[in-house]
Amino acid sequence: AVSLPFAVGQCGNQVGCRFWDLALREHAAVNKKGIYDEALSSFFRNVDTRSGDNGPDIYEGKICSLKARALLIDMEEGVVNEILQGPLRDVFDSKQLITDVSGSGNNWAVGHKIYGCQYRENIVEKLRKTAEHCDCLQCFFIIHSMGGGTGSGLGTFVLNLLEEEFPEVYRFVTSVYPSGEDDVITSPYNSVLAMKELNEHADCVLPIENESLFEIVNKIHQLINSGKLGTTVKQNSLVTSSAGTAKTLQEKPFDAMNNIVANLLLNLTSSARFEGSLNMDLNEISMNLVPFPRLHYLVSSLTPLYTLADVNVPSRRLDQMFSDAFSRDHQLIRADPKRSLYLACALLVRGNVQVSDLRRNIERLKPSLHFVSWNQEGWKTGLCSVPPVGHSHSLLALANNTCVKPTFIELKDRFMKLYKKKAHLHHYLQIDGMDQSCFSEAISSLSDLIEEYNELDATKGGPRIDPSRLKIAV
Amino acid sequence: MSIVTVQLGQCGNQIGHEVFSALCSDSRGTHGLCSKKENESYQESCKERFFCEEESGVPVARAVLVDMEPKVISHTLSMAASSGHWKYSSHSHFCQKQGSGNNWANGHSVHGPRHKEAIMELVQKEAEKCDRLGGFFTIMSMAGGTGSGLGAFVTQCLRDAFPSSFLLNHVIWPYGTGEVIVQNYNSVLTLSHLYHSADALLVHENDVIHKICAQLMNIKQISFRDVNQVIAHQLGSVFQPTHTAGGGSGYSRNPLGDLLEALVPHPEFRMLGLRNIPQMPESSLPYSTFTWPGLTKHLRQILIAHAPMEEGIDWQVQPPPPGSSTNKALHFNTSIANLVILRGKDVHSADLGSFQDPSLYTSWLNPQDAFSAWRTPRAFNKYEKSASLVSNSQFLLKPLDSIVGKAWNMFASKAYLHQYTKFGIQEEDFLDCFTTLEQVISSYTNL
Repeated sequence: AVSLPFAVGQCGNQVGCRFWDLALREHAAVNKKGIYDEALSSFFRNVDTRSGDNGPDIYEGKICSLKARALLIDMEEGVVNEILQGPLRDVFDSKQLITDVSGSGNNWAVGHKIYGCQYRENIVEKLRKTAEHCDCLQCFFIIHSMGGGTGSGLGTFVLNLLEEEFPEVYRFVTSVYPSGEDDVITSPYNSVLAMKELNEHADCVLPIENESLFEIVNKIHQLINSGKLGTTVKQNSLVTSSAGTAKTLQEKPFDAMNNIVANLLLNLTSSARFEGSLNMDLNEISMNLVPFPRLHYLVSSLTPLYTLADVNVPSRRLDQMFSDAFSRDHQLIRADPKRSLYLACALLVRGNVQVSDLRRNIERLKPSLHFVSWNQEGWKTGLCSVPPVGHSHSLLALANNTCVKPTFIELKDRFMKLYKKKAHLHHYLQIDGMDQSCFSEAISSLSDLIEEYNELDATKGGPRIDPSRLKIAV
Repeated sequence: MSIVTVQLGQCGNQIGHEVFSALCSDSRGTHGLCSKKENESYQESCKERFFCEEESGVPVARAVLVDMEPKVISHTLSMAASSGHWKYSSHSHFCQKQGSGNNWANGHSVHGPRHKEAIMELVQKEAEKCDRLGGFFTIMSMAGGTGSGLGAFVTQCLRDAFPSSFLLNHVIWPYGTGEVIVQNYNSVLTLSHLYHSADALLVHENDVIHKICAQLMNIKQISFRDVNQVIAHQLGSVFQPTHTAGGGSGYSRNPLGDLLEALVPHPEFRMLGLRNIPQMPESSLPYSTFTWPGLTKHLRQILIAHAPMEEGIDWQVQPPPPGSSTNKALHFNTSIANLVILRGKDVHSADLGSFQDPSLYTSWLNPQDAFSAWRTPRAFNKYEKSASLVSNSQFLLKPLDSIVGKAWNMFASKAYLHQYTKFGIQEEDFLDCFTTLEQVISSYTNL
């Protein structure tokens, strides 16, 4: 089954680029014989390029030329051009790109209303072409940021489009939320306007905060430089590293952070691509982690962040991996899931980990976690045999937890600060198709969502009254 | 008579593979401890039951493999073929690309009708290969989407297409602390549907088998493969050839029919539990000796004390004294019918009189009718002596009640229901299923 990523905007494409690079590295590590297999086909087509770029797809046999199944969309050319000139240039062809020159000016309305309208046909056509090459399309991924104009505006326009054109295919969105010190002043507007779209049209959203990524990157640097890690760290095992990938130039500051997000996506799809004793497909993630349609925001964490060179891993270290997955430091948004209420939790383990390791750790960690009364033992687990590059095992935890609430509340507060003073509003209202109601509906949607989380939080720690069972006449 | 196995979903296919491996390896094994004639008769019978001859000489399992995604079947087929001793037919599997997403409704109401024809065609082909069809054995888990949902649909199709054939479902109950968050919904939907179409449900609980792996098999890092191998051993100990009492000198020709006749006297009571002793790591086998009196004593106590295995049995539990009121002690396991299968050295010397004690059973069957014993002097799977118990009793009452309780709890909050309604399973359908199962629980409670 195929997953189709869309990278929209600058952030989306920078993360996307890291994703493709790491995906190639991962498959190269596993696929020693150079045969085009089922695992590769979920992200890549195999194209016969001997007679030019427009050769037919080859479905079996040796790898000829791998092309990523993707759409890269940006309303500025800088990032996409860089990709096309860089080491990944052969992985994409022009039919997968949609670019413009002037950008969206950090304005959601420009991205959504103007470019959306302008590029609709183009996007639909390219989407259909890309989908035609997939024999079974299971899931779309949108990778974007919320705070700008293109990723946020055009990205959510694409989300709408996907629902209209392919209603049966799941829509997963990886959204980078702006931090408080974001240098885009209008990021709260852009984010809240985008949130409404995510509320209504996404199946699952994985929110990411730059601050969390930044802290993880720092933590790793500190640990390595402090010399506290006795033996050498395997360079390619760092969740932040590009070692072993096509990208050999000096890493830019955002690369490390983007690698984390790229690894998130690789781990998320690993069990759908590689075999294991308990497979976890993407449609299962949506099924198990979304108890009510609008509560589809999942907090993610990745462990371990690095591997030491010694191969022998005592089970104590394995258990530490599980503990870390629930710690504040490893979450990709600033949140502490242990302090809040779990609606559902998924653990996707990769590598040499068996069901008894899973069970032992769930039993151990359960008492310190708060689960909603109707899902006290609600765990979704997956075991994938193939570990990520450089690791013997790894864990991705996805939590539907009320700890997302503070992120949304802060967003709402920042929005209101601007909105009350009507700051910068005219940039939006002058766009065709925009009026005040877009704003009031958006903030209303966000408030309703926060209220749903409030209601759930109110049940936390309360008395547990099980509903009485059906009585049967004997 | 031959049995056609239908392997459904990841669990069904993974276990199915281990079962055929165990049957084949036991059949070929040299630890039969019996006469050559007996051994040959056993091998013949096993082959007829489970395997088919092909030109290459490698036995081909009588099985249909079904899954909604390709990875597991692909892995299963290649593992079997690489053994060199048996394999699956290359034309006996059906898979799709998408999986069922752990959604019973998707498995049952979408994949089921869509792929019914293709799947039943494969089953028909396998059935035709049998000289005499002894019935169907389906293997599935009830926690996920394919084995559970599509499995329930296929079971109904089997019932419709083969109304006079025996139909036994092997169902795996998941770990209590989740493998799948909606497992209790999927379980309730599966069990209630199977109750209406299968002749009986033979149940294995992951929690129980896990304990066996941890405490008896001494496995440190238990994998699903380890769990599946114990399950396969237990199933093999039931389905390998035996002599039924009064069945003449040959091996029983109708294993499924005999099993159902022995254990399911009343259609309201179809849930069968399975216990097998002794269980130990293969390395310990040469150093252990058991006596039949010892084994039968333990097996009987396992039965009446609800014990999962031969360690940690509560010996305090005893049947209520004769003439006492029907309010039997809660921790005593009342049986409807039991079947004990003994395999190995000196098997005819084993005395099973203690299993005919009327106080073990409900009052509405003669103890002689409620208890059956099958024996064979041919040892199974390298165990010098092996005793299995298939029991229609209150073994599964508490686990069933727990599953229904958790599912009801979730249902009351309406969590996840939108995932089912979008594929056609409505709240009323859930209520029907809950009603069916509460009825089953009530029936077993009031034994």
